[in-house]
Amino acid sequence: MIRNKISILMLFALFCSAGAFAQSASSIRINEVLVINEDNFVDNYGKRSGWVELYNSSVGTVDIKGCYLTDDKNNPTKYPIPKGDVLTAVKPRQHVLFWADGQPSKGTFHLNFTLNPNKENYIALFDADGKTLIDEVTIPAGQTADISYGRVIDGEEKLGILTRATPSTNNVTLDTNEKIENFKKNDSYGVGMTLTAMLAVFSVLLLLFIVFKNIGIAAIKASKRNVQKAAGDIAASTKTSAYTGEIITAISMALHEVNEDVHDTEDTVLTIKKVVRTYSPWSSKIYTLRETPKK
Amino acid sequence: MQESFLSFLGENLQLFFTYTGFANATIGHFIMIAIGLVFIFLAIKYEFEPMLLIPIGFGILIGNIPFKDAGLNIGIYEEGSVLNILYQGVSQGWYPPLIFLGIGAMTDFSALISNPKLMLIGAAAQFGIFGAYTIALQMGFEPNQAGAIGIIGGADGPTAIFLSSRLAPNLMGAIAVSAYSYMALVPIIQPPFMRLLTTKKERVIRMKPPRAVSSTEKIIFPIIGMLLTCFLVPSGLPLLGMLFFGNLLKESGVTRRLAETARGPLIDTITTLLGVTVGASTQATQFLTWNSIKIFVLGALSFVIATCAGILFVKFFNLFLKEGNKINPLIGNSGVSAVPDSARISQHVGLEYDPTNYLLMHAMAPNVSGVIGSAVAAGILLGFLT
Repeated sequence: MIRNKISILMLFALFCSAGAFAQSASSIRINEVLVINEDNFVDNYGKRSGWVELYNSSVGTVDIKGCYLTDDKNNPTKYPIPKGDVLTAVKPRQHVLFWADGQPSKGTFHLNFTLNPNKENYIALFDADGKTLIDEVTIPAGQTADISYGRVIDGEEKLGILTRATPSTNNVTLDTNEKIENFKKNDSYGVGMTLTAMLAVFSVLLLLFIVFKNIGIAAIKASKRNVQKAAGDIAASTKTSAYTGEIITAISMALHEVNEDVHDTEDTVLTIKKVVRTYSPWSSKIYTLRETPKK
Repeated sequence: MQESFLSFLGENLQLFFTYTGFANATIGHFIMIAIGLVFIFLAIKYEFEPMLLIPIGFGILIGNIPFKDAGLNIGIYEEGSVLNILYQGVSQGWYPPLIFLGIGAMTDFSALISNPKLMLIGAAAQFGIFGAYTIALQMGFEPNQAGAIGIIGGADGPTAIFLSSRLAPNLMGAIAVSAYSYMALVPIIQPPFMRLLTTKKERVIRMKPPRAVSSTEKIIFPIIGMLLTCFLVPSGLPLLGMLFFGNLLKESGVTRRLAETARGPLIDTITTLLGVTVGASTQATQFLTWNSIKIFVLGALSFVIATCAGILFVKFFNLFLKEGNKINPLIGNSGVSAVPDSARISQHVGLEYDPTNYLLMHAMAPNVSGVIGSAVAAGILLGFLT
């Protein structure tokens, strides 16, 4: 009964955790916004309009179907991102672009609102429940044409005016690996790496050594305690009992003989049971013959 | 009519010839085929790591069959080819963690648990990795390439493949072949340095027999081991997580079937695929370069440094230990995690000087801690250089 309850509990926990993983739109960021598009990117219809770029900052694909984009704090569900479009699944560290042209009939990625170049623009992304805010950005008024506003480094907190508009691609393109360059510059002989890494390796194994040294000491103590306890029990039982070990062994052997070795006395009751075979066409031989036997 | 048919036949045969290996062979292909044959010979004749050298050796033969690049989709580097699909386990780095799962399921950590101070020898032997890293930098390799080359000194093939696939994929073939070759050559590389760095008196040190370890301690080890190591070096998670998981399957006592699969059919399958695809990835055009020769030199040096570091560390450690608790420095070489070969060498060399002094059980402790140490070192390099 208890086992069944535990199994049900575990299944429930698994179900809840699966739900938690399925809902991972929280890693989506409003990454870049272009308010005035005069000479920038054109949509599939050859038209220019402002756009909003979203970025998946996680290492897994995130489907944003059912989430909401809005430019109105009081109306979080203003533009529901349609379901059933495979393109709403944003791959890890990838971008998706929405056109703020106020023409949602043009497709999934055309919002039902536009960006106002004369005032501050508020953009927010809400989760599929329409209540949980995932990300919000306020673009200051007075934006310059074809200059976008967004995160200086993709997905990170810091916002600002970007040096160049980069729709559907990284805001900053790194052509070198900063870490490797740092090692090349500051550790050309590898001494720093050797010291740091060996320190880390020794720390890990030293920690394991300390933990298992103590576990070992505890285990030895526990084992001694058990031995002492067992010895104490034997001593106590021999004190109160008048029987020696030999007598106890003899009694045990006799009990074993009686209980286990039962071949000398057999059950003499004989039961005769009538075998009944009821007829059924399914078991009839005649129906299973392919040819009627010749007489 | 007959003439045109003959000319058609002639053209066809000529075309057929252009597709054959003979028409496309270069001297490089023949050199690589010869290397593959040497691997197979060493494995069969001298039984040097046959489980690895035969798949790798035969893989080298497969990978160096010359063919015309005519979109036949047969080469290991051609996307979608059968060999390329099998090679994904190497290039994407998911074969090594599966091998670690099997290693965990077959490793008995009792020797380590009973005498945990021997773990530190496994740490000291990792100097081989960073010694080779330093030399590789001086030879002109980039830090990420130097890190991938240095890991050869960890003497752990799966770890070397895992790290090089991340840090320097273009050098992976040479690194993997170098790592496995030197692992096979451990019986030749280590003993001279073991004799050179120890005195006669040290070689006959008798160590206390390891105590019996309770099953509770064996169960606790993989759980605490994983938590501690991965909290400190999360980048080692794929290898360490699977290693300790495999060990828990073994020690829990209630997942016997899973443990048997992990240490039997699973590891055998992955080892076969890994060996043959790593071998096949060493195509002459990719493999026969100066860099490969440098990698082989650095690989040998890393093994030597690791062996010496382990032995010297034991000698240093002995300065702080009481008489009767001292460690035989002949087990210092087994911090190089070529399991169980380097431990066997400790035993073998130890018996030469005292035929009644059995060091194998003691040597297994630094040997398995070397596996943990090299996985931790790989995690650190991955964290710093990716």
